[in-house]
Amino acid sequence: MKGLDILILTATLFSVFTALSVAVLSLIWIERKLLGRLQRRLGPTRTGPFGLLQPVADGIKLIVKEDLVPSWADRIIFWTAPLLVIIPSFMIWVTIPISRNLVVENLDLGLFVIVALLVISILGLVLAGWGSANKYGALGSLRAAAQLVSYEVPLVLVVISVAVISGSMDLRVISAIQVPLDTAQPILDEARSNFSNFNHVGLPLIFIFPLGLVIFLLAGLAEVGRTPFDIYFAESEIVGGPFVEYSGAHWSVFFLAEYMNTFAVAALAGLLFLGGWYGPILPEWAWFLIKTYFFVVIIFWIRGTFPRLRIDQLMAFGWKVLMPLSLMAVITAAIYRFYEWPAWSLTLMSLSGLIVVGFAFYLKYTRPVLRLAKKYGHRPGGIRNVR
Amino acid sequence: MTWLVFTVLSGIIVGGGLGVVTTRNVVHAALFLLVSLIGVAGFYVLLLSEFLAVVQIFIYVGAIVIVLLFGIMLTRSGEYPRIADNEQWPAAVLMGLGFFALLALALLTHPNLSDERNEINLSILGESLFTDWALPFEIASILLLIALVGAVVLAREDKKS
Repeated sequence: MKGLDILILTATLFSVFTALSVAVLSLIWIERKLLGRLQRRLGPTRTGPFGLLQPVADGIKLIVKEDLVPSWADRIIFWTAPLLVIIPSFMIWVTIPISRNLVVENLDLGLFVIVALLVISILGLVLAGWGSANKYGALGSLRAAAQLVSYEVPLVLVVISVAVISGSMDLRVISAIQVPLDTAQPILDEARSNFSNFNHVGLPLIFIFPLGLVIFLLAGLAEVGRTPFDIYFAESEIVGGPFVEYSGAHWSVFFLAEYMNTFAVAALAGLLFLGGWYGPILPEWAWFLIKTYFFVVIIFWIRGTFPRLRIDQLMAFGWKVLMPLSLMAVITAAIYRFYEWPAWSLTLMSLSGLIVVGFAFYLKYTRPVLRLAKKYGHRPGGIRNVR
Repeated sequence: MTWLVFTVLSGIIVGGGLGVVTTRNVVHAALFLLVSLIGVAGFYVLLLSEFLAVVQIFIYVGAIVIVLLFGIMLTRSGEYPRIADNEQWPAAVLMGLGFFALLALALLTHPNLSDERNEINLSILGESLFTDWALPFEIASILLLIALVGAVVLAREDKKS
């Protein structure tokens, strides 16, 4: 019996890995196509119909490429770093529920475990830069450590406030509190032995806690190092940062981990704020995928739209804007739960913070332009005013 | 089965600890420390307290080892790989032995360990943290705040000079 269990577990993990690889391939294709469209290009067209085989071609190219090791590199660290990055991003998926019952191993502390595992991959990045004995690599890993440790704080705080609102850390329960009661009841009953005070909201948390979603997406983007927060491997500044000396299969491991993490952040955003697997007509796994790919497309859209931040802007944004906002998120969530106010009060509280900060940002970044426009007699707002 | 896992984990922890004190390269020492700390997290899983295991990984692997590496990398580049010699080692040995004696004493005087699973109830944990243990919690918070402010004061450039 014991042997059979191990066999089943191995098969499950293998199929999860296969599914994740397919998801990563789809992500690469979507990113290339979408970025192409955003830049008025077609994207890949020659490899298969609609360029569908482009990611496969990319993969083959990477595997065939020669795998170089710099002679000054610290070999042990150079080889362990990719493993330290890929293993946590794979292990996250053990506890993410694809549908009500489709999960490898549901954990009571699922959300906390995921956050703790996400943190380990920072270590891999730092060691990759140090081990490759390269100035750009060392710079990149310093940047990675600074950026990821600072953006971890808002991410954890927002996760805490979601846990406060829902009264649980179990991902199945967190998505169950956002769906109508007749669907959620069996799951809540089943989980009642571990946590007692659930708060059944009945509608997706995006409606009552938009502030949380914004902070989660921004901090999540920074954690997986997508543009505009990709300064730790910024190609045009430090030529790839920690990955500068990696090539071929070892570089593709980092690449795989990055896309797996992007997919995980999108899936978590869907689970925490859009009700996860719940939706009408279509099967549950299909809704999970729709919500996940919705956030994936938003992430790629942001990549195509915003320029990269400077490192001082990045740190200032993290500590001076996201940090107070996420503290506000925790406090408003706690007030909402403690005084048992109606759900719209939390919507009001969190939206007001978001609007104030957004307006302050708008003023900060438009004021210099407005001043110039006033000075030279141009009315702002369009190219037709510029002579 | 439990005995086997315990032995393997102990081997990992002791091996990691020995690696920390014997290796001449500071970054390798940090890596060995990481191995040792993950082994301790494995111990917590073996003792059926998963919450503590996750906290161990989160705090020690996620924060302390990374900050340690950050500090190592910020020191002067020519010197940092080989500064493992330290004149404070007798004091460290004394501290280690004292701590070992304390733990052994605690284990010998309270030998009745149970192998029942302790349910992690986060609401009870949180309540006791903010009611019964509020004072230690606040003291720890103030200590961290002082460290934070101190770091800012130390790192700040003096504008006058």
